[in-house]
Amino acid sequence: MSTTTLTKPMLKIENLHAWYGESHVLHGINLELAEGQLITLLGRNGAGRSTTLRSIMGMVDRRTGSIAINGEEFITKPAHRITPDGRIGFCPEERGIFASLTVEENLMLPPAVGADGMSIEELFEMFPNLANVRKRMGTRLSGGEQQMLAIARILRTGARLLLLDEITEGLAPVIVKTLGRVIRDLKSRGYTIVLVEQNFRFAAPLADRHYVIEHGEVIDTIESADVESSMDRLNHYLSV
Amino acid sequence: MQEMSNTTTDIGEFEENTGEPEHRTRSRIWQGIFWVALIGFLLIAPALLYPVFVMQLLCFALFAAAFNLLIGFTGLLSFGHAAFFGGAAYIAGHALKVWGFPPLLGIATGTLFAAALGWAVGSLAIRRQGIYFAMITLALAQIVYFLVLQLPFTGGEDGLQGIPRGHLLGFIDLNQPLAMYYTVAAIFLIGFLVIYRIIHSPFGQVLLAIRENEPRALSLGYNVDRFKLLAFVLSAALAGLAGSTKALVFQFASLTDAHWQMSGEVILMTLLGGMGTIFGPVVGAFVVVALQHALSGIGSWVQVVIGGTFIACVLLFRRGIVGELARLLKINSL
Amino acid sequence: MDPMIRLILAQGMLGLNNGVFYAMLSLGLAVIFGLLNVVNFAHGALYMLGAFLALILYSYAGAWVGLDALHIGFWPALILAPLLVACFGMLIERFMLRRLYKLDPIYSLLLTFGVTLVLQGLFINFFNASGTPYPGMPESLRGVVNLGFMMFPKYRLFVIIFSIIVCFAVWYMIERTRIGSRLRAGTENPELVKAFGINVPLMVMLTFGFGTGLAGLAGVLAAPIYSVSPLMGANLIIVIFAVVVIGGMGSIAGAVLTGFALGLVEGITKVFYAPAANTVIFLLMVIVLLVRPNGLFGRQS
Repeated sequence: MSTTTLTKPMLKIENLHAWYGESHVLHGINLELAEGQLITLLGRNGAGRSTTLRSIMGMVDRRTGSIAINGEEFITKPAHRITPDGRIGFCPEERGIFASLTVEENLMLPPAVGADGMSIEELFEMFPNLANVRKRMGTRLSGGEQQMLAIARILRTGARLLLLDEITEGLAPVIVKTLGRVIRDLKSRGYTIVLVEQNFRFAAPLADRHYVIEHGEVIDTIESADVESSMDRLNHYLSV
Repeated sequence: MQEMSNTTTDIGEFEENTGEPEHRTRSRIWQGIFWVALIGFLLIAPALLYPVFVMQLLCFALFAAAFNLLIGFTGLLSFGHAAFFGGAAYIAGHALKVWGFPPLLGIATGTLFAAALGWAVGSLAIRRQGIYFAMITLALAQIVYFLVLQLPFTGGEDGLQGIPRGHLLGFIDLNQPLAMYYTVAAIFLIGFLVIYRIIHSPFGQVLLAIRENEPRALSLGYNVDRFKLLAFVLSAALAGLAGSTKALVFQFASLTDAHWQMSGEVILMTLLGGMGTIFGPVVGAFVVVALQHALSGIGSWVQVVIGGTFIACVLLFRRGIVGELARLLKINSL
Repeated sequence: MDPMIRLILAQGMLGLNNGVFYAMLSLGLAVIFGLLNVVNFAHGALYMLGAFLALILYSYAGAWVGLDALHIGFWPALILAPLLVACFGMLIERFMLRRLYKLDPIYSLLLTFGVTLVLQGLFINFFNASGTPYPGMPESLRGVVNLGFMMFPKYRLFVIIFSIIVCFAVWYMIERTRIGSRLRAGTENPELVKAFGINVPLMVMLTFGFGTGLAGLAGVLAAPIYSVSPLMGANLIIVIFAVVVIGGMGSIAGAVLTGFALGLVEGITKVFYAPAANTVIFLLMVIVLLVRPNGLFGRQS
């Protein structure tokens, strides 16, 4: 399948290396996705999936290679310019809900990066649970509420490229189901999404393409149409 | 901010038993050279410099070495060490002058007092970590300062004057400059050797482990608080030894010895010489005392220079003189 | 009124007057510590700098520009001096402290200690070490007011009310506004705040400037009360450290309340046993360390 290479990529990463202090954690990641697509980064814990997202965000000590967003080079940008210039929304693995801020304050914290962000009302409609706890402090939320808040927070900013790290981790099946509905909804609204997932059953029906990462490198790329025929390979990659 | 992972490794570059044998041999050779130079200096110094000046150097060098036991080898920043130095000076002075103690007993009294005070201050301060530890020691030392200022026997603003030097062991007249000098040199050397032994004992290795990674030391089953407290008491006692000796040499104990600025000066000596090095505090004390002598004509500009040196050390020169030297010589401990 | 109660109330008012400075300084210290994890030893020296700037603006600045008759008075100084101190603070942050954030926080304590010595040494060289009275107290604040139990200097009453308003405004700004929520978020997780596109280094610099500006403001307020001396901040900062250990630096309101309360306690101690007045705060610190090591408002670590 070569449909993807025909459209211009929105995000294109080439030969990305990253370091935490002295330790070299990414060894040349290559991936790309077009506007409106959803890709997943699969792999075992510690393979470098989260680090790939954190590298895009400039949250590593050092990075080299190329990260192009809509053709613009981002590798040399200072960390605080990345989100506004790339119109990125980042949802970190630990969710990053601020304990000393209320739900509303958390929601209002990230500055807008584009004009067409969702309104608070729209967000509360999408995540009704949050509307009931809007004055509550961030510490006093359940895991599911925290995750919804973390997603809602970046949708308000008008970001178009969403980097979502392990959003289903540790959540009850019913909430995972809700999140799946949300992601599908977002995709239909034209958002471009990179999903780091452990839960392949959650990711499989959503994704256009899967990248398998191991030891800081992309070791395999599987188009969604080929998933069925590649199940053996996938099981091998993801087995513990 | 959040990135504090390599905090402790930067305090000093001292690490025992790392590197290949050749490395260690070179380390030993250089340490030997420093020991020879130090002892040679102690022997011939009175022929080159004013004995009183050298004795002042030695008192501060011992004070700084005692302080280094905490900051360099346990990772604790005490901002109140003047309390032990100055407090011991007053107690030793009082014992010598009013109670008529012989010199060594007077010094021992001051040292014991500093140890007891160190136990009291230390057991309070170790209840908090890091930067709070520094603030608590500073505040507690301020209580000692106010006591020194207000108690009836201390002479208030004038300090405790007219402390007699007396006769060492009953027959050596310490009013003889050379007799006094070699007594001080011996006290310094003994104190310094004690510190050297502590650093290289199993106890000292545990302290290093605490400095490098306190949670890990805790999880290995060490009673971290007890080790910290003992290190604090030892450091306070040795600082008291230095202060008592200084009171005997100069025959008075003054408020400046107990003032927070003195706590700052001993930090500077250690920082400038090299925190966590063996000889650094001695070198740092020599440089700072010599600097103060050289600049004594310019009044309070000295304070500006001292402050500027502080800033420069922290920004550009965190290894200190001896630390940088060790790095140039590619050895681990000096 | 019972003379004893009258005495307690009177000393309480004077104590509250000192508490104003404890509160404003520990507030600034807490704001800075929260975001930067820096204990600013120079806070006392910057308070001194604020007082001296007020003095200089009134007595010297005019002559320096050739206008001998020009005295820049208290009200302009109340705005100008804190701004100048804040600028000075921001320079320190930008060119010195910023290089130390990845190291153990004791290095920034030592750096600001060095700054303290430099400032103090400079002012001792150029001004009288034992203090200069500030001549610029505004006419409208001279005189006394009758509080019923005592005649209280009008200026001191103004200082108490003014600083309560300032402390409340700062608290409100940090706990209740959008800017404040960014600050609190930055305190918790600066890396993520940066990833949201907020210029954290700039925010850190402005916060340091703001905290030091508060110290400068306290200095201006202090100038007409105490004589302006190079050492006025040095002894104060140690008391402030004790206040901060007692209150814990984790809470803005906690820092302010502890400051006022300890001023009050100190004043009332004067009634019962005057010699203990300058150590009572330190003794309270000892008690707090024994019973609540993390401080009254401290978070469990």
